[in-house]
Amino acid sequence: MDVDAAKMIGAGLAAIGMGLASLGVGNVFAKFLEGALRNPGAADSQQGRLFIGFAGAELLGLLAFVTMIILVFVA
Amino acid sequence: MAAAEGSKIDPMHQFLIEPVAGSHWVVGGYDLSFTNSALWMVVTLASLAAFMIGGMKRELVPGRWQAAVEGFTGFVSAMLVSNVGPAGKRFIPYVFSLFMFILFANILGLLPFGVVPGVHPFTVTSHLTVTGVLAIISFAIVLIVGFGKHGFHFFSLFVPHGTPVVMIPLIFVVELMSFLVRPFSLGLRLFVAMTAGHILLKVLAAFVINGINMGPGYVALVSLPSFALMVGITLLELLVAGIQAYVFALLTSVYLNDAVNLH
Repeated sequence: MDVDAAKMIGAGLAAIGMGLASLGVGNVFAKFLEGALRNPGAADSQQGRLFIGFAGAELLGLLAFVTMIILVFVA
Repeated sequence: MAAAEGSKIDPMHQFLIEPVAGSHWVVGGYDLSFTNSALWMVVTLASLAAFMIGGMKRELVPGRWQAAVEGFTGFVSAMLVSNVGPAGKRFIPYVFSLFMFILFANILGLLPFGVVPGVHPFTVTSHLTVTGVLAIISFAIVLIVGFGKHGFHFFSLFVPHGTPVVMIPLIFVVELMSFLVRPFSLGLRLFVAMTAGHILLKVLAAFVINGINMGPGYVALVSLPSFALMVGITLLELLVAGIQAYVFALLTSVYLNDAVNLH
């Protein structure tokens, strides 16, 4: 296979990872809301942990994006 | 470049660093030109200083401006006190400067093209060199505080309480890796989040322009939906600008908590 074509296919495949990370980010907020509606009194104190979880889930999607950019522009 | 051939508008061009005056000032083999990146750092600093000076009037009944500034300071100090405890008060100046600089740089980078004609906004935080240095400063403060306060006892951070003796070598290595990867993840997150959003905005803008060039049918089919999407994505980017600044400051305070309180 042509190397340039293979890079583009690889970049497209890496984009799938960003979609999966969106599932993760959605899950973080969904579970937080689920818990917060059961016990609204404790919800505000846990907002920091919510965003730590969000940051972790988001980072893995951003790594897929970095892979994509490296395949297209650097490699 | 295979990706850029499709449209005439190159979405990566906005990240190009070039001298403002047009000429390179080479001093002793180093290029010390005043670049657009440096210019926008100065703009960020100037608008941040104007915002703070305008709000620091210490009136007994705060006006709207002073209330805005007090809202930000109260937000950061509450974040540090809830994450680090009373000892976290010492770090308020650093974390506040970090949070406000990143927030202002993100939002100023999001300014549209036409606010000042001919001047292209530059996102300072869309470069790994800038965010990486911010992350290294945070990491260095964690190391200095940790070793200064606890000495070599700081290494007990890598062995959580109640670890079975057999597991200690493995857990130590795993915890050490997760500790050392922190500055990279901190800098990379901010850089990639800003870069990705700005590329997306430029790609959509290219759809709008190319659709207009190709005729009325394409305007209705491509340009108008792309423009509507651009408005939505711009609002999303405004949210991301705030969240990324918050996450950077929050993770810094969480790491400071490790250094001050050792689990």
